Amino acid sequence: MALMPLFGRKAVAPPPDIAAAALRSDRFRLEREGEWKRLEDIVARMESGRLRKLSDEDVLALPALYRTAASSLAVARETTLDAATLAYLEGLVQRAWFQVYGPRTGFVGWLRRFLGGGWSASVRAIGPDLLIALAAMIAGTLVGWLLVSSDSQWYHALVPPDFAGDRSPGATREALRATLFDKPDGTTGLSAFAAYLFSNNAQVSILAFALGFAFGVPSILLLIHNMALLGAMLWLYHDAGLTLDLIAWLSVHGTTELFAILLAGGAGIHIGRSMAFPGNRSVMAAAAESGRRAAQVMTGVVLMLVVAAFLESFARQLINDTPGRLIVGCSMLALWLAYFLLAGRRDASGGA
Amino acid sequence: MAANAPYLAAQARRRRELITPEGLSLPLTVAGRGARAGALMIDYVIINLAIVTVTALLLYLAFGVIGLKSGAGPEQLFGTLEFLGVAWLIAMFLFRYGYFLYFELGPRGATPGKRMTGIRIAARDGGRLTAEAVIARNLLRDIELFLPVVFIIGAQSGEGGLAGLAAAAWFAVFMLFPFFNKDAMRAGDLIAGTWVVEAPRRKLAETMSLAEGARGPSRTTGATYHFGEAELSIYGEYELQTLERVLREARPEAMAAVAEAICGKIGWSAGQGDERAFLEAYYTQLRARLERDMRFGKRKADKHS
Repeated sequence: MALMPLFGRKAVAPPPDIAAAALRSDRFRLEREGEWKRLEDIVARMESGRLRKLSDEDVLALPALYRTAASSLAVARETTLDAATLAYLEGLVQRAWFQVYGPRTGFVGWLRRFLGGGWSASVRAIGPDLLIALAAMIAGTLVGWLLVSSDSQWYHALVPPDFAGDRSPGATREALRATLFDKPDGTTGLSAFAAYLFSNNAQVSILAFALGFAFGVPSILLLIHNMALLGAMLWLYHDAGLTLDLIAWLSVHGTTELFAILLAGGAGIHIGRSMAFPGNRSVMAAAAESGRRAAQVMTGVVLMLVVAAFLESFARQLINDTPGRLIVGCSMLALWLAYFLLAGRRDASGGA
Repeated sequence: MAANAPYLAAQARRRRELITPEGLSLPLTVAGRGARAGALMIDYVIINLAIVTVTALLLYLAFGVIGLKSGAGPEQLFGTLEFLGVAWLIAMFLFRYGYFLYFELGPRGATPGKRMTGIRIAARDGGRLTAEAVIARNLLRDIELFLPVVFIIGAQSGEGGLAGLAAAAWFAVFMLFPFFNKDAMRAGDLIAGTWVVEAPRRKLAETMSLAEGARGPSRTTGATYHFGEAELSIYGEYELQTLERVLREARPEAMAAVAEAICGKIGWSAGQGDERAFLEAYYTQLRARLERDMRFGKRKADKHS
């Protein structure tokens, strides 16, 4: 309590004259208000984030003071008509409760738990939804391929013109090859490109997740639509005999990025599915449970997209041959798979 | 005081009992939609101010770099500008998503806007507010706020045709979600299992029965007010609490009016100038009577009951 003069708003008030109060309910209040004020002081300091400056005895006293205030409130509701005191007590108990039951782990602790198994456990928990998302993505790719191969005009409908550039039906093999292997002018501008890619992809995947709220249908549509673009491009390069080169070119960042999009779509579908089929839980409880799990997956998706953006703008431009790119892409895929399948297995029962 | 009645009724509708894990019942008031809209606006003003400041600062630096002609080649110049560009993109992403996360994960569970309007977020089931819940509720903000605005503006111009209108209607459902449930939850709250509640910070008010008039003779006139059973049985709890507010606010003209009203009702004619002592005495004795009845399980809500 040595710090009190620094933080205390006023000097110690004289003890209240309990016997002088005319009302029994006011005597009840005067006997306890010292403890209430102490609790208020501790809570105010916790709220302002000065946790370290709380003395040990204050920390130890907090649960007891909280319980005293809560039982004071219960008694006061039945015995006093002093509206201001009741309102004060309700506010105080509420604030104390938020501190006693507030998020206790700091950011570092949360991150450690998240990377050390929480994330992979939630990814494993939405496994069925990931399969649905994967099916949607494969279907989207097939649809894109089939549409374009039946009528190449579809290509222009699927691939936005500013993205297509030189990559359009009728382009020569050399031109297509150049889009894969020619270095852009120098290596400058790559980190800005990476930041732009990340911010763009993160927004798309957050959208894929958020749309899952409508029973997952929009998430699936979004996945199919985005993957149709990939299908169309695959067809284009396949026609030019560059399939493997394109796959290698894509795989450098694509294994990470497509994996992230798969997770985002799966997370969205997970919410939609558990709201459509909540089982024995109420729809609200099901939505909340799946929402929290999906949010954990989504946090990881954002991290994966950071990695993908770096791979896309640096590794892909700096490694300029098909085998090298394939190796990077496949090892990234293996890394993610191993992490999701293995990390945090031991305490899987407590995770997610 | 009658003007307060609709407000009090609306507030009563928003009150909820939350049962904490140890079985305590905790009174909560669901935050009004107006307070939440106000909080959102304040937050966006803050975010946009921060964005403008950061952008201006980075532009200033960028022009400063361009102004430095001597010494650096174009390569280095470009590198510096690129760094500033990256910093800008990351800052924008953080402002858009990080602002809400950072503040709502803090010990107050509220952004500055929410703090100013006296509200905070809480877990709906009475448990801990987890980081995942805060993340989930904030990720849905995009489809609740930005997309609806984009699509509704797009539908107005008529460019998207029928599909545009359908999309606008569909997104409007998300935007108007808080108006269709009694807890005023938005879609993000539903997904995360959270809600937004009022977080009042009240000071402990004075003890009423320690006042002069409550304890004995008035200092001004020396009179001791004592009321009989008939005089005290007129009013109920509602009037008592109205009287409490008047005494705590301590506005002389309000006290004079109330004293006059009470005197008229109970058939007294108290003199002018000693209204405070009179009201304090009446308040204390009325409260003593009502609280005694309360202990015996008899409650009188207002003067009509």
